[in-house]
Amino acid sequence: MNINEIKSQFPIFSKKINGKQLVYLDSSNSSQKPLSVINRLNDFYKNEFSNIGRSIHSLAVNATNKFEETRVGVKNFINAKFKEEIIFTKNATEAINLVATTFGQKYIKDGDEIIITELEHHSNYVPWNFLRENKKAIIKFAPINEDGDIVISKLQELITSKTKIIAVSHLSNVTGTIVPIKEIIEIARKKNVPVLVDGCQSVPHISVDVSDLDCDFYAFSGHKVYGPTGVGILYAKKKWLEKLPPYIGGGAMISEVKKDKITYAPLPEKYEAGTMPTAEVITFNESIKFIKSIGMDNLIKHEKEITNYALEKLKKINSLKIIGNPKNKAGVIAFTLKGVHPHDIATILDEDGVAIRAGHHCCQILHERLNLTATARASIGIYNTKEDIDILCKAIENCRKVLDLK
Amino acid sequence: MDLKQLYQDIILEHGKSPRNLGRCKDYSHEAKGYNPLCGDKVHVYLKLNNEKKVENLTFEGDGCAISLASASIMTELVKGKSSDEVKDIMNAFLNMIKNNSEIESSYLDDDQKTKLMSLSGVKQFPMRVKCATLSWHTLLSALERKKKDVNTEIID
Repeated sequence: MNINEIKSQFPIFSKKINGKQLVYLDSSNSSQKPLSVINRLNDFYKNEFSNIGRSIHSLAVNATNKFEETRVGVKNFINAKFKEEIIFTKNATEAINLVATTFGQKYIKDGDEIIITELEHHSNYVPWNFLRENKKAIIKFAPINEDGDIVISKLQELITSKTKIIAVSHLSNVTGTIVPIKEIIEIARKKNVPVLVDGCQSVPHISVDVSDLDCDFYAFSGHKVYGPTGVGILYAKKKWLEKLPPYIGGGAMISEVKKDKITYAPLPEKYEAGTMPTAEVITFNESIKFIKSIGMDNLIKHEKEITNYALEKLKKINSLKIIGNPKNKAGVIAFTLKGVHPHDIATILDEDGVAIRAGHHCCQILHERLNLTATARASIGIYNTKEDIDILCKAIENCRKVLDLK
Repeated sequence: MDLKQLYQDIILEHGKSPRNLGRCKDYSHEAKGYNPLCGDKVHVYLKLNNEKKVENLTFEGDGCAISLASASIMTELVKGKSSDEVKDIMNAFLNMIKNNSEIESSYLDDDQKTKLMSLSGVKQFPMRVKCATLSWHTLLSALERKKKDVNTEIID
């Protein structure tokens, strides 16, 4: 694999940021896009645009076919059994909301319990909070340890006869913890509790096989997987999608509409009301092809190499502390710098063309647990090189100088 | 953009050793401010005397160099001022951050204006304006005894 050849596929890296070469270390937030993806979106609007669905004309038939091709592409990418198990939403957040709302409506009542973890992004907590507010459900948090690993035995202890669902992240967007999700699913399976996996950070960086995991729900976003914004994916076992009520009502999700009764469309249309992000969904197939062209194994190997290099170099910086030390860590590195607030780090690094993120990264529970208000976070994508890490480290060393700290 | 304009010496100095940090005794007013984007928090404690002038103003908080320096400078500048004078200074400061090139307030002397002007660099860093204004909005909330905490996302 030639990293320079891969990097050259991303037009953004030929631009200067603040007069400097761009070092993009914010892929956990959203990834940059290769030219093939950008061109696909452009081509579709230029030469193929039509809405999908019921129109008979050639453009609509083509768009509908392409839209469904992406569904099959996603199904194969995450190894789902049926293409009807792939539902398009606007992002992973909406996918989780879809499950929380419909599952909650049907199965959650006063006093029922939902288990999440202290690692979760707000998007895998807030939707469940609605059920706490509206249905008097109880949310239990499986604890993490200082390393940023979920304490599986404690999670196991939280499961009771009232536990209705477990919702857990596959990969932390702060500590980079790769969660032993299969182990958690096996535990849940024995107690007959369904599991939702937030796969936002995992799908772009590790192999995901939903059939092997045997999860009930798996949510992720296209824009983190080198794809366009506006595409979220919910994988759900067919049995759930058939049993759960519809989520958003409108055109396309109905079968028959009468004054006294409405029947709903079969899967997957039941969950895809109104005009979908047609162009973006069609374009997302190109993102999957991009990853396949590299090969997931090559991608993992490259990111592992860059992550290990970054960890080694960052550890050498005095006054820098890496947050979490999980057993299995992906390329998400949150850190603090003694005497320098993460916001100042982000501003100072930006002047050197280094894009990182600072704040709580939508994980206030995790930050509170680790007694932090904010952290800086460098996150790695397929295009990052060792040179990027060298520039990052130099820019970090510069922070204390800019702030006149000894 | 120039980092030195953002991180001027006065800011660095106040950021490293903020004045009036902590909770003052016998405060008559207080308010909390919060920036949900970054998690920065500030808690302002204010003591107004019988003449309704600021006798003491302190703050507790955790934040970046800009927000700490802004809060620290604020506590120094408004001591002895009446509620209306504080509001006039705050408006002059917010105007300077948003539009003006100068601080226009008759309640500050030239040295004080220079101190406040050290925060003018945030203009070039739009994402950092709220770091500089959080403590001021929180002070206003304390003065007006608002019940709700200040949230930078709900301020104009």
